[in-house]
Amino acid sequence: MKVLLIEDDRQAADYLVKGLRESGHVVDHAADGTEGLFLAGSEHYDVLIVDRMLPGRDGLELIRLLRAAGNDTPALILSALGSVDDRVKGLRAGGDDYLTKPYAFAELLARIEALGRRKAGAASSETTLQVDDLKMDLLSRRVERAGRPIELLPREFKLLEYLMRNAGHVVTRTMLLENVWDYHFDPQTNVIDVHIARLRQKIDRGFPKPLIHTVRGAGYTLRA
Amino acid sequence: MRSPSPITPTAFRLAATTAFRLALAYLGLFVASVLLILGLIYWSTAGLIDAQITDTIEAEIAGLREQYRRRGLPGLIGVVRERTAMPHANALYLIAAPGGTPLAGNLERWPDAARRSAPGWITFDIVTPLPEAEPHPARAATFVLPGGIRLLVGRDLRELEAFEDRVVTALLWALVLTVGLGLPGGWLFGRGALRRIDAINRTTGRIMAGDLGERVPVRGSGDELDRLAQNLNAMLDQIERLMAGMRRTGESIAHDLRTPLGRLRSRLEVALMEAGDEDALRAALADGLTECDRLLATFTALLRIAQAESGALREDFEPVPLAGLAHGVAELYEPAAEDKGLTLEVAADGDPVACGSRQLLSQAVANLLDNAVKYTPPGGRVTLTVAPGAGGAGPRLTVADTGPGIPEAERGRVLQRFVRLEPSRSTPGNGLGLSLVDAVARLHGCRLDLVDNAPGLRVTLDFPPPAAA
Repeated sequence: MKVLLIEDDRQAADYLVKGLRESGHVVDHAADGTEGLFLAGSEHYDVLIVDRMLPGRDGLELIRLLRAAGNDTPALILSALGSVDDRVKGLRAGGDDYLTKPYAFAELLARIEALGRRKAGAASSETTLQVDDLKMDLLSRRVERAGRPIELLPREFKLLEYLMRNAGHVVTRTMLLENVWDYHFDPQTNVIDVHIARLRQKIDRGFPKPLIHTVRGAGYTLRA
Repeated sequence: MRSPSPITPTAFRLAATTAFRLALAYLGLFVASVLLILGLIYWSTAGLIDAQITDTIEAEIAGLREQYRRRGLPGLIGVVRERTAMPHANALYLIAAPGGTPLAGNLERWPDAARRSAPGWITFDIVTPLPEAEPHPARAATFVLPGGIRLLVGRDLRELEAFEDRVVTALLWALVLTVGLGLPGGWLFGRGALRRIDAINRTTGRIMAGDLGERVPVRGSGDELDRLAQNLNAMLDQIERLMAGMRRTGESIAHDLRTPLGRLRSRLEVALMEAGDEDALRAALADGLTECDRLLATFTALLRIAQAESGALREDFEPVPLAGLAHGVAELYEPAAEDKGLTLEVAADGDPVACGSRQLLSQAVANLLDNAVKYTPPGGRVTLTVAPGAGGAGPRLTVADTGPGIPEAERGRVLQRFVRLEPSRSTPGNGLGLSLVDAVARLHGCRLDLVDNAPGLRVTLDFPPPAAA
């Protein structure tokens, strides 16, 4: 993916650029809002990473200007502020995702990759999802693996759907909480792990090859 | 910190006090009304006397004219002589020949004013022959009798003038008295108020200098200044409470974060010493990251509490259906509860709506369920109840468990930050869960109660009635 990072903190930017390049992405860096706006408007990017507080031009204003100009490149807002209404303001300004500093690099990587995929997959309105021998019918809401039907509770269905849509990629616990449960806080104990364990029982038990994998220090991934 | 105002003499400051200015204004008003009233009295009395004089003179003229008609000039002269013979009479008479030569009466000569004008009313100064008497005004009517005889009947106005003088004197004295009494009165009144305000200012000065325990004196009279003092004291109590809370939080942060930071430090140190084995280094780094994440989570929780306490989030309040919220959070915890062998139930009576933040309320309920699941032993029961308010009250949300409960004496303390009842602190958690619940409850105007569930703990959140929310 081609990523534009708009971040004025030199050290944070260097660290991010290095990490993203090592993960196989092409990264451009703008150190202030004006340069960022210029680059975002003149080149094509798959994802924008925008710091909220920028010299020259505020991050939210930058996104608002881009959206007003018809540019709908997915944007992840980075912010040192982290309350619920800050997130809401960020999304209202046209941001697609919101991450509070300090963050784990794995979290940021998983999120921008999901954003990039979301755009690529937005055009096709699939009615079925398939990963290896696991099939999901989104219309009849049926799931089967190797031809054997699997009974899922509504929330488990949603959880699996999210994992399948991001198959092959890491999804973090926070991403699951936000996208499957719509909760923007971290529970004190890792209740998500218990839900994944449940799902694992239903999806992987009795099959030679597990599909749900734990990624240490990051989250989970569904892959063949 | 020193008071920024320079020291000025009390008299100058007094002139600047509101009380003094008010007293001065009242004084002015009082003086004006006294003047007005006395003026009115003067005007009406003097007018009355004046009218009486006129009436008397007219009656006398009519009488004298009658005498002249009946008894001729000698009769008239006789009557006038008789009347002027009375001592201390203030009546004036003069009969003069057509040429102006006085024939009878108590005036020396025909007044100049009457000579110039036609018969009618005149006012003139009498010059008496007596040396000690000063010329004084008189009023008279003159007319000409048949036969050319001229007659003047008048009244000496000395008494009227004396009366007028007395009224003016009384007026001036009243003025002097009003000012003389009102000015010191206003001064004293202003000084009294000033002294109490000075006391308040001195106290606030000491408080600004750092003595937060100081309180403004209250006299108990219940007047405005007393109420001001009471409000100031209440405000100071609130500030002191908040300051104490902040200090406690600061100390707790320092204390509670030292432990994980120390752990992190020694882990990194050990990893450095054992450098060489890459796997061991990786493991140590991963452990360090986990420890960092835990620390960050603690800070995030503290920030959330601070945000909820600041009240700024109230702008984004929206109607939140509570049954849906309860089902959602319970669903999140259901597998965890089941794994522990607990029964987790949701009992919702209707779907009452509260005004608030869905995220914060969800987090509060999640924290309560988290605790309930964590502390209730296997085989227990956790119940989440949502009920509409009865009799005008707001909806009620209850989380009840059959765990060990919280001793009554500790129930207030557990809402404070970093307070954990287990001395060993072996269960995961940062001691901020109930603090957040408390902050969220206060943000939403909820009443938070921790009661005995016999056995276990029952936490109730009573929302304010819809109208008040």
